[in-house]
Amino acid sequence: MEDMNPINSVGIVTPQDFLFGATGEDALRLDCGKTLRNVTIRYETYGILSEKADNAILVEHALTGDAHLAGYHSETDKKPGWWDSMVGPGKPFDTNKYFIVCSNIIGGCSGSTGPRSIDPETGRRYNMNFPVLTIADMVRAQKHLMDHLGIRKWLAVAGGSMGGMLAIQWAISYPDSLRSVIAIATTSRISPQSIAFNWVGREAIMGDPGWNGGEYEEQPQRGLAIARMLAHITYLSDESMRKKFGRNLQDSKDYSFNFHKDFEIESYLDHQGTRFVERFDANSYLFITRAIDYFDIADYGDGDLTKAFSRIKAAFLVVSFSSDWLFPAYQSRELVKALLDNGLDTTYCNIESSYGHDAFLLETKSLGTLVSGFLTARHLEVVS
Amino acid sequence: MTFSDRPTHLINDELSLHRRDLQTIQNMIPDGSRILDLGCGSGRLLKVLKQTKHASVTGVERDQNKILECATRGVPVIHTDLDTSLGLFSDHSYDYVILSRTLQAVRRPDLLLEEMLRIGRCGIISFMNFGHINARIQLVFGNMPVNRNLPRPWYDTPTIHPGTISDLRNLCRTLNIRILREIPLSAEGDFLPGLAGVLPNLFASNCIFIISKGDHPEGLSV
Repeated sequence: MEDMNPINSVGIVTPQDFLFGATGEDALRLDCGKTLRNVTIRYETYGILSEKADNAILVEHALTGDAHLAGYHSETDKKPGWWDSMVGPGKPFDTNKYFIVCSNIIGGCSGSTGPRSIDPETGRRYNMNFPVLTIADMVRAQKHLMDHLGIRKWLAVAGGSMGGMLAIQWAISYPDSLRSVIAIATTSRISPQSIAFNWVGREAIMGDPGWNGGEYEEQPQRGLAIARMLAHITYLSDESMRKKFGRNLQDSKDYSFNFHKDFEIESYLDHQGTRFVERFDANSYLFITRAIDYFDIADYGDGDLTKAFSRIKAAFLVVSFSSDWLFPAYQSRELVKALLDNGLDTTYCNIESSYGHDAFLLETKSLGTLVSGFLTARHLEVVS
Repeated sequence: MTFSDRPTHLINDELSLHRRDLQTIQNMIPDGSRILDLGCGSGRLLKVLKQTKHASVTGVERDQNKILECATRGVPVIHTDLDTSLGLFSDHSYDYVILSRTLQAVRRPDLLLEEMLRIGRCGIISFMNFGHINARIQLVFGNMPVNRNLPRPWYDTPTIHPGTISDLRNLCRTLNIRILREIPLSAEGDFLPGLAGVLPNLFASNCIFIISKGDHPEGLSV
């Protein structure tokens, strides 16, 4: 924590757990028709909830993210939360003004109930008996947390990538429970290209003998690492790879004339795969990517995106990045058109960037200006 | 990096417009209108219309830095290109579509006029007049005009279609667009500004046109 700047860091934060669904009535109802009992939601909060509870913002994490949005867990923590550059005193998600909540999605593996949790029916891990979830199910679970925290209306629900899908889903599922949505590098319906990448990632995991039908004690390392390497390529861009690695060789001055890691890009991906296996669960990866595949907001309007947003009242900030080919700008524009068709207060920016999909974590300056202005406008509407 | 200086901009933003054409447009807009400003720049006009006329506003801009300024002002804005992407807006989704000093900066002004009146019931155009006497004098001496109203040299001006008030009238006639009202404006430094209303094509450096495919100025205070 040596480089922590106490002026604009939220400092030390303590994760908390919220439990619900102890009774059949309180259980979480899922789109697949099943219910989930004894649900745990891991969450963190930053800033202070106002007396009127009108300054609360929910931030949604991406596929492999967690509830640790900003700050440090201990004095010896080396790295801050995943969006520390955007969350803190004086930052766009300004903890001097707003009460920020971030929770780990259900289906995840960072404290909330997921496939590696214990099934109360059997006393054993769910593994592949875990119900197949949807993005709407994840949001429904978060609504329980919202009620528990005494918040009636979010000032904003914000997120990038899958987090953006959750934010959009909030507006559809609970139109009266939020004032605005910040949807970054995301889409309102998953494209066949994204489904294709998810499929290959899952095939890599499920084709690893170590996966064992989901009944493993040690992670299926090879399969999970390959899934991550594949996905990681989709988070970069041709330009960012060229700038960062070029054709640089890792160690030697010449080609090795074998199939070990010659190039820096190979070594980088291998490192990403290895690190991922240490922190993320293979079964969670299967369930979350499946939830992403099923995400199509047009389903709420009989296939018509404009109709799907007809009950929405929220203001929207939609942001895409010029080099993002996983969720290209046209997908944000499709969302923007549906919002404008419904006369909703909409701001859209396609930020010029070479970082690809990862730009949503890196283009802090432009993104920060947009978020800061948008949130301030929403906050003024509430306080005036 | 710090962002703490941003919000104060938004709260203490000035509510006065220094440009005469924008003041004129502000005054004619009725309360509670739906306004689309094509080429809205940093969103000053829209912010004023939002606050003084309780208008429901949307800007369109292609410059990312200006988009960020709009966001800082709390003005909703769409990042897109006027030449290619107005399909985002559905038919008759706005009351008034504003084009302030933008028509001459797009690739196809004729197509943009059609788009304007598809999206809005009425169009409000602030047009820079290259037929103004100051410009004509400069042309007589053999150079494209560079003056207070047309400050940039020919190779570096966003105004890629220099046209006159008379040219715009002709274009509207060709497109079967009605000009419901012309408001010629003169600027400080204009030659014989008092004649702007009498002979606008010669003496008005700027002119506001209200256009429609219908017969009425649709509630505008003009």
